[in-house]
Amino acid sequence: MTTATQNGTRKIVINPVTRVEGHGKVTIQMDEDNHVTQARLHIIEFRGFERFVQGHFYWEVPVLVQRLCGICPVSHHLAASKACDMIVGADSLSPTAEKIRRLMHYGQTFQSHALHFYHLSSPDLLFGFDAPVAQRNVIGVIQAYPEVAKKAVLMRKFGQEVIKATAGKKIHGTGSIPGGVNKHLSQEDRDRLAAEVDTMLEWGVEGLKLCKDVTLASAEKLLPFGTFESNFLSIVREDGCLDLYDGNLRAKDADGKIIFDQVKPEDYLDVIREGVRNWSYMKFPFIHDRGQEKGWYRVGPLARINNCDFIDTPIAEEERQEFMALGKGRPIHATMAYHWARLIELVHSAEKMRELLADPDVLRGELTTTGERRDRGVAIIEAPRGTLIHDYEVDDNDQIRRGNLIVSTTHNNEAMNQAVRVVADQYLEGQAEISEGMLNSIEVGIRAYDPCLSCATHALGQMRLLVQLIGPDGTILDERTRG
Amino acid sequence: MSKPTIATGHFTGCFGCHMSLLDIDERILQLTELVEFDKSPINDKKRFDRVVDIGIIEGGCSNDENVEFLRMFRKNCKTLVAIGACALTGGVPAMRNTVPLRECLEEAFLRGPSVIDGVIPNDPDIPIMLDRVYPAHEVVKIDYFIPGCPPSADALWAAIVALLEGREPVLDYELLKYD
Repeated sequence: MTTATQNGTRKIVINPVTRVEGHGKVTIQMDEDNHVTQARLHIIEFRGFERFVQGHFYWEVPVLVQRLCGICPVSHHLAASKACDMIVGADSLSPTAEKIRRLMHYGQTFQSHALHFYHLSSPDLLFGFDAPVAQRNVIGVIQAYPEVAKKAVLMRKFGQEVIKATAGKKIHGTGSIPGGVNKHLSQEDRDRLAAEVDTMLEWGVEGLKLCKDVTLASAEKLLPFGTFESNFLSIVREDGCLDLYDGNLRAKDADGKIIFDQVKPEDYLDVIREGVRNWSYMKFPFIHDRGQEKGWYRVGPLARINNCDFIDTPIAEEERQEFMALGKGRPIHATMAYHWARLIELVHSAEKMRELLADPDVLRGELTTTGERRDRGVAIIEAPRGTLIHDYEVDDNDQIRRGNLIVSTTHNNEAMNQAVRVVADQYLEGQAEISEGMLNSIEVGIRAYDPCLSCATHALGQMRLLVQLIGPDGTILDERTRG
Repeated sequence: MSKPTIATGHFTGCFGCHMSLLDIDERILQLTELVEFDKSPINDKKRFDRVVDIGIIEGGCSNDENVEFLRMFRKNCKTLVAIGACALTGGVPAMRNTVPLRECLEEAFLRGPSVIDGVIPNDPDIPIMLDRVYPAHEVVKIDYFIPGCPPSADALWAAIVALLEGREPVLDYELLKYD
C-alpha cells in the first residue's frame, strides 16, 4: 500500500479517503528536508458506464445511470431525463412536468446539502479539526448538540419525502421519464409536505446562521485554510439568475471576469475538454482554450453563488449579497466558504419548495410532451456538488450508440488536488512528525468540495486513516492510525 | 454488558444502501443508543482491532482492493450481512461484465468525445481492476442477504433489530424488493 522512495525522500499515504461511489486515496511526497514535493488525490475506482450504457434503449437511461450515485441519484435521473427530452423532441415540458421535476430537484438539493453540512462537516466545525476522534463524527454531534442533530435528521427526511412523493422512491426513483414525468403529486402528499415546509425553511435559516457564525468566529483560521484562486463554472438562467435545474454554461475567471457565457448544453464540447493522468481513474476537465494548466475550474455551491447575478428568492438573495460582500467585488475563493454557499442554496431550495408546494400545477395538468425525434441528447443540471453533463447519441433502433458523462466530482478534480496541496503546504511542510489533526485537516480540505469523498466517513463514523512514514530502505519509521 | 458492535463497508456500488440506512431517520438516534458503531475503516486491514458482532456491506468487488478488504470484513465480523443489488449480484456495475474490461477503459479514457491526450490509468497507486465485477458471496461467505436497489430503510431496520435481538431476520413480503 505504501511505497518508499529514494535518497531520503518519503511518501505519506492516506488510504482510504472514502467517498460515496468508491474510494479515494491521498499520497504526499516529502524530501529529506521535509518539504512537500508532491501531493495527489487519487480516485481509485472505475466502473465504465460510458461503455456499458451502449446498446441500451435511451428510455432506460434515467433509471440506469442514476445508479452512479446513491447520494444524489435525482441529479442523474433528471439530467438523463433532460437529455432524453431532447431526443424525443420535448423542447418545452408541460408546466406540470417542469414543476414536479423542479420540486424533486430542490428536495434533493435540500436533503443532500443538509446531509453534507450536518452529518459530515459540522463535526469539524463544531469540535475543531483536531478534536478527539471519538467525538468528531455525527454520533458526537448527536450527543453534544441533540437539538441540532434532530433537526438535521428531520431536514434530510423532509427532502427525501419530497423525492419519494415526486419520484416514487427515496433512492433511485422512477418519476421522471423522457418528455416529462409519470405522475402528479397527490393531494395528500402535497398537503402533508406543505404543512412542514415553513418549519424546514426556518431551520434552514438557523443552519445558515450557525454556519456563518462558526465561520466568522474563526475567520482568521478558516478563510485562508486550503484556499487558492481559480476559475468557476456553473449554469445560470438566461437573465443570470441562479438556477439549479436548467440554464446555460457560464465561466468566470479568478477576478470575476466572464470567460464565456450562455453556452448551450449541446455546445459544451466547444468549451470543455478533459485531460487524463495515469495516477487517477477520474479525469481532469478544463476550459479548452485556456489549456490544462490554466483552464481548470471549480464547480458546486461556491461556483454557483460566485457566478450568478442574483437569486430569485428573497431570503437567499439577501444572504447572497451579504456573502459576496466578503469578496469586495471579487469572487470568494476560500475553500471553507463552500459550506456557507451550500447553506445559502439550502435556504433557496426550501424557498423554492414552498413556492412549488403552493402551486396547483403540481396536482394536475399534462404530464408529458413530445416533438420531432433527434439522434442526440445533451443536458446539464446543477447537482448538489456541481455541474453535471449527460450526453447521449442514439441509433435508429433507439439504442444508445455513445454516452459521455462529466459528473460534478470530476469537474472539481483539479480543485480538490489543489486543496490537498495547499493544506499539505500549510500543515505538513517542514514537519518530521505527523499528528492525527494534520491528517484530518487534509480531509477537511477535500470534504469542503465533495460530500462524495467523505460521506462514508462522518456519516457513519467510519473513517479511519493510516499514514506511514517509510524510510529509504523501506522500513516504517512512523505510523499513525486514526478512527 | 457492552453494546453490540456494528461495522459497515462500502465496495463497488453507489452508496445508496448506506443512504437508505440513513433513511431510518429518527430511529438513528435510537440506534446509536442500542449499538456501538465500530470505527474500523472500510478498506484497511489494520482498522479492525477487534471482532465486531455485525458487519453490513454494500457493493460488489471490482478491483483487488475490494477483495482484500471484503476478506478482512469476513474475518472480523461474527455475522456478515450483504445488502443491496450490487453486493448480491454485482448490480449495475456488473453490466460491464458483458464487455471486455479494456473496451470500458478505452471508451472512458481514450475515445470519449471530451478527452484530450488520453491514457489508461496504470499508476501503482491505483488498484488493479478485476476482469469482471463479482458479487460478495463469490468472494466470501455471507450470512444474510437483503435485496433491493436499495433495500428500504424499513427492511434494513427490521433486519438489524432482529439480529440485535438474536432472531433470524425474516422480512415480510412487502419489505422484499428486487428492483
